[in-house]
Amino acid sequence: MPEYRSSTRRDRYGSQINRAHSPLIALILPWASIVLGSLTPLLPLISSMPLLPPMGFIMLLAWRLVRPGLLPVWAGFPLGLIDDMFSGQPLGNAILLWSLTLLALDQFEARIPWVGFAQEWLVATVVIVIYIVASGFIAGAMLPNLMSLLVPQLVLSILLFPVFGRLVAILDRFRLRRFRTIG
Amino acid sequence: MAPPTSRHSSFSRKAQFSLFTGYVLAGAGALAGAALLAISLFNPGAFSGLRSVASDVAAPAGELGAEARTGSQGLFASLAGYFYSGSRNAALREENEIARIRLAEAEAVRAENARLKALLGLRDDAVKPVVMARLIGSTSSSTRRFAYLSAGRSDGVAPGMPVRSPRGLVGRVLETGASSSRVLLLTDSESLVPVRRVKGDVVAFAEGRADGTLRLRLVNLGINPIKTGDVFVTSGAGGLYRPGIAVAVATKINRDGAIARVLSDPAATDFVAVDPIWQPEAQAVSHAQQRRVQP
Repeated sequence: MPEYRSSTRRDRYGSQINRAHSPLIALILPWASIVLGSLTPLLPLISSMPLLPPMGFIMLLAWRLVRPGLLPVWAGFPLGLIDDMFSGQPLGNAILLWSLTLLALDQFEARIPWVGFAQEWLVATVVIVIYIVASGFIAGAMLPNLMSLLVPQLVLSILLFPVFGRLVAILDRFRLRRFRTIG
Repeated sequence: MAPPTSRHSSFSRKAQFSLFTGYVLAGAGALAGAALLAISLFNPGAFSGLRSVASDVAAPAGELGAEARTGSQGLFASLAGYFYSGSRNAALREENEIARIRLAEAEAVRAENARLKALLGLRDDAVKPVVMARLIGSTSSSTRRFAYLSAGRSDGVAPGMPVRSPRGLVGRVLETGASSSRVLLLTDSESLVPVRRVKGDVVAFAEGRADGTLRLRLVNLGINPIKTGDVFVTSGAGGLYRPGIAVAVATKINRDGAIARVLSDPAATDFVAVDPIWQPEAQAVSHAQQRRVQP
């Protein structure tokens, strides 16, 4: 009996009767999680070389690939501006590259509309490599050891991307939970 | 399976227009980003005010994290201590004996030093730091090496001031907000510090390589006198850093100098001291330089 009840009244987003989504959380969560990713330079990790993946960008990419159509195409400007405040890159770096990424992924999706784990990891790998190398050239083109400097960060970012995909999937389920009681 | 795409927006005029507006906005955003990037590459100091305000707003959260880091390091150290307590105890006792002897020797040297200084009529003016503050975080995913400091203009911090830890020079203040500031670390590719070898008069420039090491470039070219293990300190040239602060130790010799490891590991220090600029006249020069260096 309890099993029967739970299967009709509840789904993965909570009880279906008398409950509704919170529009505030549904709207804000993707943006807030990307901004939190951009704030990682304020974490108490003081490294002497670029090592951490660019968290803000990877969160943006994960939301875009896991949940296409949720972020508007123009999201690169406001989110990139916040990222530029803290990342240490010259201002405009993230605004430009994030906007271009979203536009490019939109065009890509129009041509190859399929989804799948391997395909999306491949797409993410290509985009991450282009982003990190381009940012490296914008900020430190004069460094003679630029390429060897970027390798650990590249490897870490590519390997960690599926983890961020799962994180975004969890956040997305949380986003649509029915928090609000009606009546 | 191909999902239904959001691009073909049916016959609804409203949906078609909002899709079109989205693309126009995104294109405009990318162009604005390119323009801002061009401005900040040609005039690096252009947006420092904006950045300072942003880091002021977010710094309190970072400071909490920095406190947690210090706490957790202590926890791990005490856990590890249980495993090695026996052998370490014996080693420490022996070390303590030796340290006592050295202390006595040092006392004697200090007394002699004071006597000789009095003889020469020199004055001991120890530099009093402007403020002690925490390093909150660093730009750990960018090739530029900046750190955030938990003190700003209201604590008397000004651009150009040297930042040092007990183990040596960390960098210098680049931008100041009201309660936080941004530090250019020694290893940043734009950081250039005049140094000299502790023994002898070898003068060089220490240039950041963004990977935790510095490149030492000799001022006087000729036979390279640097050997592996040589320690370098600030030379005082330029007037920003007072002479004698430890900077780096040479690890690999090359043709016109050496590759050196930075002595102060910013990751291992929680508190740093911000010193006043050594020669106040250097401040004007540093401001001019600042404009070139900023991101």
